[in-house]
Amino acid sequence: MTALNDTSPIVSLHGVGKTFDNGTVALAGLDLAVRDGEFVSLLGPSGCGKSTALRIIADLSDATTGTVEGPANGSSKGVGAIGFVFQDPTLLPWATVAANVLLPFKLASGVTAQSRAAVAQALDHVGLSEFAGAYPRELSGGMKMRASIARALVTEPRLLLMDEPFAALDEITRFKLNDDLLALWRHLRRTVIFVTHSVFESVYLSQRVLVMTHRPGRVFTEFEIPASYPRDQRFRTSAEYAGFCRRVTEALSTASAEGAR
Amino acid sequence: MSRWRVLQIALPVAMLALVVLAWDLIVRIFALPPYVLPGPGLVFATLISDRVLLWQSLLVTLSITFEGFVLAAFGGIALAVAFNQWRVIEYSFYPYAVILQVTPVVAVAPLLLIYLPQPLAVLTCAWLVAFFPVLANTTLGLNSVDHNLIALFDLYKASRRQVLLNLKLPAALPQMLAGLRIAGGLSLIGAVVAEIAAGSAGAGSGLAYRIAESGYRLNIPRMFAALLVLSFAGVAIFFVLSAISHLALRRWHESAVRHER
Repeated sequence: MTALNDTSPIVSLHGVGKTFDNGTVALAGLDLAVRDGEFVSLLGPSGCGKSTALRIIADLSDATTGTVEGPANGSSKGVGAIGFVFQDPTLLPWATVAANVLLPFKLASGVTAQSRAAVAQALDHVGLSEFAGAYPRELSGGMKMRASIARALVTEPRLLLMDEPFAALDEITRFKLNDDLLALWRHLRRTVIFVTHSVFESVYLSQRVLVMTHRPGRVFTEFEIPASYPRDQRFRTSAEYAGFCRRVTEALSTASAEGAR
Repeated sequence: MSRWRVLQIALPVAMLALVVLAWDLIVRIFALPPYVLPGPGLVFATLISDRVLLWQSLLVTLSITFEGFVLAAFGGIALAVAFNQWRVIEYSFYPYAVILQVTPVVAVAPLLLIYLPQPLAVLTCAWLVAFFPVLANTTLGLNSVDHNLIALFDLYKASRRQVLLNLKLPAALPQMLAGLRIAGGLSLIGAVVAEIAAGSAGAGSGLAYRIAESGYRLNIPRMFAALLVLSFAGVAIFFVLSAISHLALRRWHESAVRHER
């Protein structure tokens, strides 16, 4: 693996395998390491186990084999050390946006003045301050996702895990949220692991794209995307971007064929 | 008010007027004596003249219905929560809850009347028919919580109690309220069935007892009057429970949200 020398990884998986009770082998021999502050994408076709990998990192699922080290596992385990954004906004429909973002505090330690301030700040970061008192059903799909991101960020986690968060949104909203997410990442400097099945999204967002094989999933190859940030519309339409996308796409089809063998 | 809204009110009123008119005409044309079929005028007059008696009977039946409903609500919800929290309890009791439900209460009532004092037997019948819809609906609600929300609570290390109070119970509220709405009508039916089963031998004085007693005395107008009061009581229960349900859900649940076209 390249360029892992400067800082120690915040998350590392060694030889991780996951076999479900029904016999499905979702992951086999998955190795990955993510540095502190990095933006990494896990790219693969639907059902390649990338979401499973994310759930294992979050300690929502147990690896059958291999070792996992990260904020949710081992000695440094702590509540709120990880933020998770699901594919659906996954908001409590009976609670206001502010109450939804407050939930992590409510479940952990109890609500204090600091936690309320943190909620206000998180809502401000995602541009939802005006909608603090709104109920999820009163929001658009993109706004619900913003609320979900605010909730994931409110505990100031070291690691933000995102499981195809924008897959269900229209392209205009997705581009906007991509840009806002990058701005937020540059501002807050959290580590982000972003799962997606979109080559274009992964190349646009990440410093590193890990291409996964189809079931059982493992990392087939990885690409550094050395383009500098801030990335914007100009990067999205550049030849450089198109070149990365083409190479990643080729790797993805080889990886898919590999898994199907 | 739109045209449809007007029709929605005007049509049932017109239907009612037509039926009452036809009823009156049939009684007049065939010169039916009141002990065969009293005309609507006579039934209405009986309603007025017997108002004190009917009102007292209504209060008796309603108080039993209310007690049965409250017991069914608490019993059903408590049992559903117990089923949800401890599988051993679910496996032990669920089959018997179903058996209690599918056994017609008309057949059970005479037995209950042998072993229990009459007011308690009537109350037991009201409870017996009303608790199952609460149990079944609440169980369904508790079991159909979004699995991502469960994962989210898991991520923030929520306790079982927190999951129940902050997630499962609020999520089950719509189904719970639907169960309660059914239970309201059913507890009235249960009370009536038991009173009828007790018949003129019973010491009760509820509306159904009045109907049975009036039947033996061939006081057909009073039977109709009592029946009318009973129907209104049923409708009133339904509307009150619907209103409560609407108030509880109006901010967040799809069923209570008015959609503009």
